[in-house]
Amino acid sequence: MAVNLDLSQFHEIFFEESREGLEAMESGLLNLDVGVPDPEVVNTVFRAAHSIKGAAGTFGFTNISQFTHVLESILDDVRSRKRGVTQELVDVLLQSVDGLRYMLDCAKSGAQADEDRVAAILEKLQNLPVEQQPRPAGWLIRFSPKPHLLQAGNDPYRLFRELKALGNLLITPDLSRLPGIDEKEFDPENCYLGWDLLLQSDAGIEQIREIFAWVEGDCDLDINLSGERRQMVERRRRRDDEPAELETGGKGQEQASIRVNIDKIDTLINLVGELVISQSILSHAVTEHDHDHDRTGRLKEIVELLEKNTWGLQEQAMRIRMQSIDITFQRLPRLVRDLCRSLDKQAELEISGGSTEVDKTVLEKITDPLVHLIRNAVDHGIETPGERKAAGKPESGLIEVSAFQEGGKIIIKIKDDGAGLDPGKILVKARENGLISDTEELSMGQIHDLIFLPGFSTATKVSDVSGRGVGMDVVKRNINDLGGSIELVSEQGKGSAFTIKLPLTLAIMDGQLIRVGKEILIVPVLAIVESTQIRKQLLSAVAGKTEVYRFRDEYIPLLRLDKAYGISSELKDITDGLLIVVDTGQQRVGLLADEILSQQQVVIKSLEANFQQVPGLAGATVLGDGTVAMIIDVPGLMRHCKGITAAHTAGNAAPLP
Amino acid sequence: MNTTTTAKDALREQDAGTNQYLTFFLAGEEYGVNILKVKEIRGWEQPTLLPNTADYVLGVINLRGMVVPVMDLRKRFGMAQTELGKTAVVVVVKVVHSGRVRTIGMVVDAVSDVYNISDEMIMPAPDLGGTISDEYVKGLATIQDKMIILLDIDYLVNEGMLKDAGDSQE
Repeated sequence: MAVNLDLSQFHEIFFEESREGLEAMESGLLNLDVGVPDPEVVNTVFRAAHSIKGAAGTFGFTNISQFTHVLESILDDVRSRKRGVTQELVDVLLQSVDGLRYMLDCAKSGAQADEDRVAAILEKLQNLPVEQQPRPAGWLIRFSPKPHLLQAGNDPYRLFRELKALGNLLITPDLSRLPGIDEKEFDPENCYLGWDLLLQSDAGIEQIREIFAWVEGDCDLDINLSGERRQMVERRRRRDDEPAELETGGKGQEQASIRVNIDKIDTLINLVGELVISQSILSHAVTEHDHDHDRTGRLKEIVELLEKNTWGLQEQAMRIRMQSIDITFQRLPRLVRDLCRSLDKQAELEISGGSTEVDKTVLEKITDPLVHLIRNAVDHGIETPGERKAAGKPESGLIEVSAFQEGGKIIIKIKDDGAGLDPGKILVKARENGLISDTEELSMGQIHDLIFLPGFSTATKVSDVSGRGVGMDVVKRNINDLGGSIELVSEQGKGSAFTIKLPLTLAIMDGQLIRVGKEILIVPVLAIVESTQIRKQLLSAVAGKTEVYRFRDEYIPLLRLDKAYGISSELKDITDGLLIVVDTGQQRVGLLADEILSQQQVVIKSLEANFQQVPGLAGATVLGDGTVAMIIDVPGLMRHCKGITAAHTAGNAAPLP
Repeated sequence: MNTTTTAKDALREQDAGTNQYLTFFLAGEEYGVNILKVKEIRGWEQPTLLPNTADYVLGVINLRGMVVPVMDLRKRFGMAQTELGKTAVVVVVKVVHSGRVRTIGMVVDAVSDVYNISDEMIMPAPDLGGTISDEYVKGLATIQDKMIILLDIDYLVNEGMLKDAGDSQE
């Protein structure tokens, strides 16, 4: 054994584990109840900090280990109840999580961490006032007896006595229902009083309910946790109410796992992809010898079995790349919390279906659009507490984020109970920006779709959170680029709901093979609306250049694939060709092809791996005969062709590709 | 060419400063690339057209499941075009670009030989008058009275090919 072990090979693992530890700390801190913290949550945060400290020390990141040491000792105080949990404490702890993340990033990239920045956070940590004794949990009990309470033989004083046995009791009478003494309806045997009771005790709600069990039918009883603790506990209760789905996917899951480098997995998936191709070449070859039944019969059976196994293998290999969407969702509570603080709003975030699995690449690319939508929901959707109260809603808004799988797609829903979209405002804005004409009549759905247009923002006040005019169009484009779609349902005053549909994986897709000249191209089946024979009378030209085709009740642009890709078509007459109507998510387009061939599942190979992105192409694939075929990126091709046409009209004489 | 001697030479001269170069012909001129960069040599086959790219990008081929672009060096260097003969092959090279390894193919008229060339044998290239940017040329070496143009393949592929291969349209 070499004595001077090279630790650097373990650094990657350390960074990875520390990142996970920080995420655990962050989510734990966000769940920490001010007042009386859940010991389990405190322990989780403490353990995470402790592991980071230990590992950082081992690997020689002294600044990180020193920093974490201070953090750890504070957490230890909290754990042993020497220190109470205040809002300030949680804030500073969250800041120190950010600080740690910064230091880790610096260590990872080999950069020097800004010492002043670290020292500032450290100072805050060290100067945290120690609230010696944890404040006992407060229960706010609103006890409003019905007038006949006393007649039923109940004595409020007995209740108070029993409550007092649980802890410190503060009683405030509510005299508001007391009629004047001289008024006729005053009945001395009725109970007109109500009481607001503040019970400082860590007794459970059941114990309190038990005391009131005798008077249950004879009073209005409202038992709440006092102060800031309430919201947190409510949120947790709601979370606990969720169906068992979360149990199995979340904490209940104690499956063994190993850490594997992503390159290894990708190599495996590539190899499996090659196997699929070899297998289909083999099937192809066997079918060619179909005439000789005696000899190929057995062979065919074997090939079929091989095919089944190969696809099974590929499916499982793809699943290795799948990760639970929780990785993205975990960021959201912090985001909502920070946004609410800076905007003076109140909102709760409810997340469900975090265990839904998505391909790693999809997951990486969906994070930004998702964050944007949540920002929008808090910034534009949720109203200020005052406005909400005036509208008869609870002061705190609710944002629900859920994910689930449905028919080979991942569905993500983001719903808020905020103000919803104001169709009037949208129309005014759209007219101002010249997106629609003054006379145009639009349906509600069409009005909502306007917000997805480039250069559109309805926020009357441009805040630093959102509303810079780059927004929903980018979100939509990102999602379209992933081969997904986004829909919006909104009701003014009630809230908005976005539904995002995404493919499960970016590695395989159903492809429609088409022929243009001698080249074989692939159109994603998901994008195809319909394929149709071209009828000449439905074809017309705009400005002599752009061709449009009347498809049903709309005119759609016609895109000649041979021209767009610079391939020579073998079509003598346009009517010999076929029109494939595709939906880009923004509009419908007709693609002109020479011939439509079979449909098959194709493994998408990136062109970037060895070359670079090519406009209008989503990638390439290897067909059954071993040749390479290009996969058409419909939205990208539209953008590319638009660019060229624009250059043409501007007098730029660049030849068509 | 006496390949057995070359192989023996290779074994003998494992010392620093000496590298093996694979040489190939382009319009009668002999070019060399460091053999460690060469992944394999394949027979010529018509690649699949890669639209919207520069003219020297002939297309892509399937290299055991990997999609690999094929470049035409004659076109890239602005040399006279001829029909590719029977000896035409694709030299598949691995280059490193911003930390990632890329595999690309280059069509050449024919492969020639493998030579051991020590660093002191390499002479700086004179100003080549713009036909081929001298940045792509590592130097010139003389083997058996022939001149061999040694290419800096990393630089040629990254800067000379990949960088502007895509935006030739506009």
